[in-house]
Amino acid sequence: MGCGLCEVHCLVEHSRTRDVIKAYLRERPSPLARLRVERQDHLFLLVQCRHCPEPLCVYSCLTGALSRDPTTGEVHVDEARCIGCWTCILACPYGAIRRDPQRGIIAKCDLCPDRSLPACVAACPNEAILYVEEAL
Amino acid sequence: MPRKTSQRGTRYLIVGNSAGGIGAVEAIRQVDANGPITIVSDEPYPAYSRPEISGYLAGLTTVERMLFRPPDFYERNGVEAILGVTASRLDLRKRGLELEDGRTLAWDRLLLATGGRPTMPPIPGADREGIFTFTTLADADRIRAALSPASRAVVIGAGLIGLSLTHALVHLGVPVVMVELLDRPLANALDREAASVVERALREAGVELVFEQTVDEVLGQPEDGEHVGGVRLQDGRQLSCDILAIAIGVTPRTELAPEAGLRVDRGIIVDRRMATSHPDVYACGDAAEAFDFVHGVERVTPIWPNAYIGGRVAGLNMAGRETVYSGGTAMNALSYFGLAIVSAGLQEPGDGPGYEVLVSSDSDTAYRKVVLREGRVAGLTFVGDIEKSGIVLGLMRDGTDVSAFKEALVAPDFGLTSLPEELRRERLAPFVTEAA
Repeated sequence: MGCGLCEVHCLVEHSRTRDVIKAYLRERPSPLARLRVERQDHLFLLVQCRHCPEPLCVYSCLTGALSRDPTTGEVHVDEARCIGCWTCILACPYGAIRRDPQRGIIAKCDLCPDRSLPACVAACPNEAILYVEEAL
Repeated sequence: MPRKTSQRGTRYLIVGNSAGGIGAVEAIRQVDANGPITIVSDEPYPAYSRPEISGYLAGLTTVERMLFRPPDFYERNGVEAILGVTASRLDLRKRGLELEDGRTLAWDRLLLATGGRPTMPPIPGADREGIFTFTTLADADRIRAALSPASRAVVIGAGLIGLSLTHALVHLGVPVVMVELLDRPLANALDREAASVVERALREAGVELVFEQTVDEVLGQPEDGEHVGGVRLQDGRQLSCDILAIAIGVTPRTELAPEAGLRVDRGIIVDRRMATSHPDVYACGDAAEAFDFVHGVERVTPIWPNAYIGGRVAGLNMAGRETVYSGGTAMNALSYFGLAIVSAGLQEPGDGPGYEVLVSSDSDTAYRKVVLREGRVAGLTFVGDIEKSGIVLGLMRDGTDVSAFKEALVAPDFGLTSLPEELRRERLAPFVTEAA
């Protein structure tokens, strides 16, 4: 539908206050949604990290901030180690990694570690986003 | 902590402890959990993020925070790390590697991930004190020790290394003059437009730029001729400095290879499996000439991600999992001086037949350029608006014919939805479920 609720819930989930109004208007640095909703005419597409089995972002990371957990297959960024060089942004064939200009580091999907289901999945009114765990 | 060293033979011997070497270790361990791995490096520390030496010199990070992998990496992966020891001679027939301390290591599979060393031009007076290169942690330490509150620096070369050093020096309040042979910074990595954005950022940061000049002579200090006091340019101008950095590029460190009988051109020649002319010897990274998918030939593309991925392919093959290197090309991302610029492949293709250049810009905030060759992406440059550049690089990597939607590649709202349906479905296939 292109409602963008996933974007809103993602941003709030990754805010400090977890309050939609404060997150959008007051928090500094401004929280960022870790996903992107593409809208082209009547076509809508949610783009977020695919947690690729062959993660080009991890292979390209200059600092070791990006890594793939060998047991869960999840690709994570250690924000303390990210220097905001943007090499992973260039490497990702999905355009799924965002630049956080205020913090000078990247922002990407972390599958919402504090929740049983990622916020985007839980919030989608049309059940268009599925969360599926697969054996590695 | 690295394990105690020994003189035993090893299944996998890796010379070089940076991106390529680590990529190989991680790949080998995916296939072979137990085969003994040994890493030899002339640098005395665990693998660190080389690009971070700029932040380190600027005082923004520490060695601990620069480590490329957690401190227990070697132990956890069962890697014997022989650090601070130079490999001196390779014997292919006996499958041995001599180290400078007299030890010889026997190996079954060998990876030469020896990197590059700074190219040093023959300049009269270049034997004085106060002349530096900037590719290692030790270089950063040497520069830091030489700096004084009154220091002035001249950096020869406005490429990536020169820029990374200049960024650190500016942060430290050191006046810098960059001297560049070509007419713009990063001439090998960026097109003219993006280079002009970098040039503006450098000037705004107070950096003095001298283009189309070389240094003819390194001058001594009046009171101490042993120490650098300045440089004389080709046009006769003199610049005073006590810190002179040479950053004109890196030369592949191939020295072990030719005397052992391996084929070497500018770098060690490898096939698509990253194997050298000896079937059990592999090479990767800045030391190797590996396949470049834009140029369609083997060439040296000394960048970090290519080193890691090349090392990874080598490691998989060394451990017996047949893997083909899909190729790399020159690609760079820039964040110095608050910039956001990415580039890959051809930047200034000229007017050759078959080439087409697509450009768009949003006043001062964004610039997008895609170079096509016979309908396929051969180069890209994005300034400011970089988040979807990876999709374009992906199309370039895959050699996709983009003629049907080429204009969209540089549109501000470009995205996966800009791709024709069939192509988009193919790219997203593993992640899209058909509606029930």
